[in-house]
Order: sequence, then C-alpha cells, then structure tokens
Amino acid sequence: MTAPLLEVADLRVSFSSERGVLEAVRGISFAMGREKLGIVGESGSGKTLTGRSILRLLPPGAELRAERLAFDGVDLLAASSARLRELRGRRLAMVMQDPKFSLNPVMTVGDQIAEAYLAHSRASRAEAREKALAMLEAVRIRDPRRVYAFYPHEVSGGMGQRIMIAMMLAPGPDLLVADEPTSALDVTVQMQVLAILDDLVSERGMGLVFISHDLTLVASFCDRVLVMYGGRVVETLEARELGRARHPYTRGLMACLPQLSGAEGDLPVLSRDPAWLEAP
Amino acid sequence: MIEVETLSVDFGETRAVDRISFHVAAGEAFGIVGESGSGKSTVLRALSGLNRSWSGRMTIEGAPQGPARSREFHRRLQMVFQDPYASLHPRQTVDRALAEPLRIHGIGERERRLSRALREVGLGPEHRFRYPHQLSGGQRQRVAIARVLILEPSILLLDEPTSALDVSVQAEILNLLQRIRRERGLTYILVSHNLAVVAHLCARVAVMNRGRFVEELDVASLRARRTREPYTAQLLRASEGYDRQAAEALITFD
Repeated sequence: MTAPLLEVADLRVSFSSERGVLEAVRGISFAMGREKLGIVGESGSGKTLTGRSILRLLPPGAELRAERLAFDGVDLLAASSARLRELRGRRLAMVMQDPKFSLNPVMTVGDQIAEAYLAHSRASRAEAREKALAMLEAVRIRDPRRVYAFYPHEVSGGMGQRIMIAMMLAPGPDLLVADEPTSALDVTVQMQVLAILDDLVSERGMGLVFISHDLTLVASFCDRVLVMYGGRVVETLEARELGRARHPYTRGLMACLPQLSGAEGDLPVLSRDPAWLEAP
Repeated sequence: MIEVETLSVDFGETRAVDRISFHVAAGEAFGIVGESGSGKSTVLRALSGLNRSWSGRMTIEGAPQGPARSREFHRRLQMVFQDPYASLHPRQTVDRALAEPLRIHGIGERERRLSRALREVGLGPEHRFRYPHQLSGGQRQRVAIARVLILEPSILLLDEPTSALDVSVQAEILNLLQRIRRERGLTYILVSHNLAVVAHLCARVAVMNRGRFVEELDVASLRARRTREPYTAQLLRASEGYDRQAAEALITFD
C-alpha cells in the first residue's frame, strides 16, 4: 500500500504569552489521498491554523508540535527550510481568502503568474508567458491577453481570486490548501472556480484541503469533511452525509442555517456544551 | 410607507441604479437580493440620504423626499451595516455608543432608553461599560442594533446585517431582528446576497442585477421556485450548493 498524500498525527499549535499558553489546535489527526477534504468550523475553531500548519506557514509566535506531519512520505517536521521552500509552490500550494493582500500591487497579474511558474521550472520567459496565458484561460478568464497586462487594482475581487488560483496551480502542485477560496466571490463565480478545482482533482489527481465555514457548499463539493470545534476535530464524515451528522455541534450548525425551503418562524440556536471541548 | 418611483443613481459615467420602482407597506419586510456590484447597497444609501445625488421620486412616510433630510427623518429611518467591527468606535464604551444618538437628537430619558435598548437586544448591564474589543462579533452587532433602536425609529434599512457573522450567531441575530420587527411594528428593507436569509426575514423580494430590478416576487413563489426570469432561476440554483453540471451552464446576464 502506498503512503497517503498527507498524514497528520496529533497536530498541536499553541501561542505563548505572559498570560500563559493558548492551545489553538489541540491534537488533530487525519490522513488524506487525492481527494477533496473539507475542514469546516466557525471562527476560532482552528481550521485556518490547521491548513497553514500543512505548509509550515504559521504566524510568528505560533509553536507547532505533532507526532507526524508528512507530505507524500516527506517528513515536514524534520525538513530544512530549503527543502520546505522547494516543496512550497511546486508541490504544495495554498490559496488564501483575500486576493487583495496576496497579489503584488506593482506587477502585472500575468507576470506574477509567469514568475511563480519560472521559480519552479527550467522554462524560458516566453514559455512561462504562454503557461500564464493558458492558466488564465483555464480559470475561465475571457480575454487572457488583455488581462495578462492588468495590475491587481484593475481587476475585480472575483477575477483577482481566479488569478491567485491560476498562479498557485501553474506549477502543478500535488496538494492545494485552499482557505475560504471562494467566500469573497459571488455565487455564480464561486461555482465556476469550484468547477476548476473539481476538475484538477478528478483529472490531474491533485489533493485538495478545502477550508470553509459554508456547510452547504462543503456538503455539496467535498468528498469528506472534518468538523472542527475548539481546536479539535469533533466529527469526520462523508460530505454528503453532513445532513445526517451525529455530533450535536455539527447537527446544531446545520439546523441554524436558514433554508429556502425551511420552516418559517425562529431559527434553532446553538447551545454549546462544554463537554464538546474535551470528549472526542 | 415607502414609495420609490424610477430611482436612478449615477457615479460618473456608470449607472449604478437604473430606474427602479417599489413600494413597501408599513410593518412590512422587503428584501433586495443581488450579487456584488448589483447596486443593492446604493439603493439603501439613496433612501437614507447618505447619498444625495439621485434622480426619480421617493416618498417616505407620506412625505416626498429631496436630497437633504431633516434631523427627525434621520431619527425615524435608521441603518444597520454589515460589519459591526467597523461600525462601532473602538475607543467608546457601549454606554457611550448608545448615548451618542440621544445627545445628537436632544433626547432625554437616557437611563430608561439605554437599559431598555440593551435588554431588548439581549445584552445585560455587565456589557454596558465594555469596549468593542471586549465583545464577540454577535454582541457587537447587538450593540449596533441597540444603538439604532434607542431612537425609536419606524424604518430600519439593513445592509447585509449577518454576512460577517458565524452561522450560529447569524441565527441569533435573525431571530432578534424578526422579534423586534413584530414587537415594534417596524418596516424593514433588507439587502443581502444570501437568498435564504432574505427569504427568512422578508415577505417580498426584489432580485437586482446590474442596477435593475430583474424580478419582484413574494416569498412563497421564491420557496416554490416559481421564478419568471432566468437570472433568478440561476441565482437560486447556485445558492443551493455546488453542482458540476450547473456550473457548466452558468451564463452572464447583462
């Protein structure tokens, strides 16, 4: 049997301050292959830190510990920063929520995609340019040659996010960590971007970690879901089974979503049980 | 209560709102749903007097409105914004944030109104002297709503009031908005990109795209997916989650 694409065992992320140690991620374990794995949870659940831990890209002051953190057999805990840099971008990539903070404002978007590609291949500048144009087309940008020469301030939020995705996908990564990649997009653009990611998983065999607060979206898009609460995974289930979750937290979250076809009157509200923080 | 005829708003060469007309009865909740850039927030800004350059006709509580509004108008028509992090002053306590509108409008009974408003939004006396950073996102949005209610308005304009909140907090705020509308007989106009949120709170919904009202329908029709316009049908389908086939079939409506 081959090793899973990603293995995480007892992952912990903590922050130390004079007031003590805050454990934000408290012992998470999972393994995944070339599939779409959703991580859902509310703000503060630790889902973003979990995603960033995979690339070892944590904010300053964060301390990461784990029994095992391995990507395609490579031990990420023991890897040197040079080795990590080599993996990041080329084989392991991340897309964040807001393109405004991730794009270089003084470089055209096309050149940025070409640069990302050049950093991880021996291609010539001309080949990198062709690759960038092809990627823009792949993310359904209508006039790639025109958009290539745009600066980030000249593109809309939805287009900026697709450009970020094009940039991350240009080197052909094996695993993409996407943190709320479509939350800033309108529903129709969101669907188109998800279709691109979906195709990459099914056609190229990429693995996708899809971090989101949107349960309806994750249920319809992902294969499997980890539900996080208070820095732990409270439940792991098939995405399409989200409506039949067993954990009271997952059930509570699903119930408090307003539904178009739902009953009128007050929405059920979530009452949190302190036991959820401890029991598995 | 609110009558709008052929309202248009231009930003330079761009027409953000294009000849829209609608009526909202007293005590009714009217929703405007649309994607970003559709012009839905611009409609609220014109109604509230925040944006003075518009054309068309607007009658609110029986009085025709021009660009400038009276102080009493601003007391009776209040607005709740999307981001409670941005709409509260970081260095003012809840007490001060709530007292400010009373001072501006020269209203007394500070004590009675303050404690009533806090109670009504489900906050206790212990929250009264806290700063925004000491409150959760949901508590901040409750303060923003209390600050609006303290003036005893008759109309609330709600601009994506739950979009920045977690779903469990969204449910609490939607329930709160529903309850105060019933109890105070308020008239609402709610703007959101989320069809389910609009359908939950409103009886009638206008679907907006590129500055125009594409379609106006009642919530029963929306729930039953009885739409007339393909744009509305596409928006409905996209809001129900991911579907590879549907994603392929999406088109841009001009």
